[in-house]
Amino acid sequence: MLEGQVRIPSGCAISGIVDKSGKRMSGEAIIKSITVMHDRSNGLGGGFAAYGIYPEYKDYYALHIFYDNASTKKSCEEFLERHFDIINLSKIPTRKVREITDEPLIWRYFVTPLATKLSDSQLDEREFVAKCVFRVNTRIDGAYVFSSGKNMGVFKAVGFPEDVGRFYRLDEYEGYCFTCHGRYPTNTPGWWGGAHPFALLDYSVVHNGEISSYDANRRAIEMYGYKCTLQTDTEVITYIIDYLHRKKGLRFDEISSVIAAPFWQTIYRMEPIKRMTHEYLRNVFAAQLITGPFSIIVGFDGGFMALNDRLKLRSMVVGEKGDKVYVASEEAAIRIIEPNLDSVWSPNGGEPVIALLNGGVSNGS
Amino acid sequence: MAVNFLYPEYEVVRNYDRCIVCRVCERQCANEVHEHLAASNKMVCDDSKCVNCHRCVSLCPTRALKIVKTDNTYKENANWSGKTINELYRQAGNGGVLLSSMGNPESYPVYFDRILLNASQVTNPSIDPLREPMETKVFLGAKPKVIERDKDNRIINNLTPYLTLSIPVIFSAMSYGSISYNAHESLARAAKELNILYNTGEGGLHEDFYCYGEHTIVQVASGRFGVHPDYLSSGAAIEIKMGQGAKPGIGGHLPGAKIVGDVSRTRMIPEGSDAISPAPHHDIYSIEDLRQLVYSLKEATNYKKPVIVKIAAVHNVSAIASGIARSGADIIAIDGFRGGTGAAPTRIRDNVGIPIELALASVDKRLRDEGIRDNVSLIVGGSIRSSADIVKAIALGADCVYIATAALLALGCHLCRSCHSGKCNWGIATQIPKLVKRLNPEIGYKRLVNLIKAWQHEIKEMMGGMGINSIESLKGNRLMLRGIGLNEKELEILGIKHAGE
Repeated sequence: MLEGQVRIPSGCAISGIVDKSGKRMSGEAIIKSITVMHDRSNGLGGGFAAYGIYPEYKDYYALHIFYDNASTKKSCEEFLERHFDIINLSKIPTRKVREITDEPLIWRYFVTPLATKLSDSQLDEREFVAKCVFRVNTRIDGAYVFSSGKNMGVFKAVGFPEDVGRFYRLDEYEGYCFTCHGRYPTNTPGWWGGAHPFALLDYSVVHNGEISSYDANRRAIEMYGYKCTLQTDTEVITYIIDYLHRKKGLRFDEISSVIAAPFWQTIYRMEPIKRMTHEYLRNVFAAQLITGPFSIIVGFDGGFMALNDRLKLRSMVVGEKGDKVYVASEEAAIRIIEPNLDSVWSPNGGEPVIALLNGGVSNGS
Repeated sequence: MAVNFLYPEYEVVRNYDRCIVCRVCERQCANEVHEHLAASNKMVCDDSKCVNCHRCVSLCPTRALKIVKTDNTYKENANWSGKTINELYRQAGNGGVLLSSMGNPESYPVYFDRILLNASQVTNPSIDPLREPMETKVFLGAKPKVIERDKDNRIINNLTPYLTLSIPVIFSAMSYGSISYNAHESLARAAKELNILYNTGEGGLHEDFYCYGEHTIVQVASGRFGVHPDYLSSGAAIEIKMGQGAKPGIGGHLPGAKIVGDVSRTRMIPEGSDAISPAPHHDIYSIEDLRQLVYSLKEATNYKKPVIVKIAAVHNVSAIASGIARSGADIIAIDGFRGGTGAAPTRIRDNVGIPIELALASVDKRLRDEGIRDNVSLIVGGSIRSSADIVKAIALGADCVYIATAALLALGCHLCRSCHSGKCNWGIATQIPKLVKRLNPEIGYKRLVNLIKAWQHEIKEMMGGMGINSIESLKGNRLMLRGIGLNEKELEILGIKHAGE
């Protein structure tokens, strides 16, 4: 059974670091952090999202693509050439790691949409890119775009996350923000695309949990032009974030009030304007409410948001030290890289922790 | 003539050892089944008049009575059943159309009974509704397409009129006239207490019940009985009734015998005149005409009320719904072929329309495929019998359900399916004062409240088992459903997998 043919619930470990000053760090720390939580993964998926890693190409979309074989690569590249100006292309550098096997062809392209194509499409640039990503992933068999943002990249594989990090030579990248995921699927997907993070444009999601609202969310989001091909929670959560943030213009604190909405009993106690806003969001975006356990880190251009489900059915700890904000499934995964934290706490269910570059850590209110 | 004789379908059995000749049965039976023989001080009965409503059985203080299906039988025939033969004899005798009441009782598949629900094990936790909040509140109406903000970047409330319900259940349309004043009062008070709604049906709104306006849906049907500006403005929403699941394609007929006193005043027609609703609305012969009526009603109420369009589940229901979703309507109500009625031609009731489960699944899918599901909410009825049916309907894609037969059962109805006789012994489907007063609204409304609260508890338990703590996450969540004993086509239409998959 391949990913996408069957729905596979997973347990997981997640970890994330951001430096709000925008100072770049190597990928070493995040690997160290996730290694501590080895037992929360089972070797069937691991991955990283790294932000700020391509400063020299920051104005170009970085497409990371898995190919099953050379002929798939050829037809995909023909598609890319018809739609994009390709500034640079190369294999993504990897190192041989005994634990990582069956690797697909892994390529990276820095691209910008062809001006004529873009104006013909009557879409804005980001929508154009997103549409092209969907086209490749649904129409070109054996090609899979797993990263498509600017100045960021996703690196993922089947394996334990620490091995995946070494495989992709993550220690050689420098970024201001990293998120990471170790997967514990209850099936053997065996396909690299199914690992986390899941990303669209600069939005990436790492997720621990199994959401009970999955099919309600999926059927609702597919109405807005998204196609859920993997049948994973993370995929649908990513599309919801993209829909709410990019298409509906909600702020991240508002997004958290949609997907992990406060209970009515809490909303009734709010002052009138706040109450109106929450009632409005729950009414209009009822189909984007996510129930069931989850802890997620949503990476985006300029920071991340960490969020637990409304009942806090998954562990998640936040730590701060100077300009750095750490999030992980377990406190130990933070302590291993920063033993002397200024503060450490467990956010409540539904309480977002939003860390923005050159901004404070916000609880969203 | 002997060929006219039909042996009664049910027999009243009296245990004479228990009978104390209190004559309660005689007084309670509006059909005059029971008779007291003074000479022998003995009760006797005429089975042929019995409709099997269980009024006498329920009130007999010594449990001396029971009703049994007769064992008198024609020669067995798999093709010509006794029922078919009897109906033919009746029509040969009187040349009339057969009439029936309540929903289609025939043995068509009930898809709700072939769908099973999911529950959490290990990979995610079930949620205990006694310990954690479990939410059943829903909104019905169109969703705005864009988010607007004020100069301080705060979200502006740009919602069009909508309905708020504490639980996604509405008492479906039953007109004043087809049911009694006391039945209406029970429904209205229960709706208020439960923070849900009831529907007036097509007979107007009795002036005593305007005070329940916030919890009332006022209906506009093809007969336009009792429709005037105050009526339209008095409710929380307006429903245009295009069709009814029990009798798709035909109108209604309330006999003149029921058009008495307040019923006549409320309907704004003379006493004793038959109230006949035409089969179509004569100002709606096509979808563009419907749009005009939708906007006429919105115009008449200053765009303050959501408009519901109710249709019967027929073969091309999804195409019809798609048209309605673009007509300016805020809510579509779909009534399945099991839905009840106060009177319908038997052949129509038993042979026209399709099951609500299939209609709902296909409408929900069609509206999503066309990207217009957010234009409207969906209410489904006909027939929702339990909290499990509600959970399944919501998971198939409904926003809310209509219940009517279930509500009448709560008020005492025993489903004898004789509403069209006007002699309801339970005081529900009658206008005869001595019968109407048998239904005490004080007790009736409490029974309705009990029923819905009990169902709400059960819905919360089922949701909690699935790890869902808010009903919006159940809506359209078809992965929570599995079919049992269904063929590929049925599963495809329902959009669900088979159990074990």
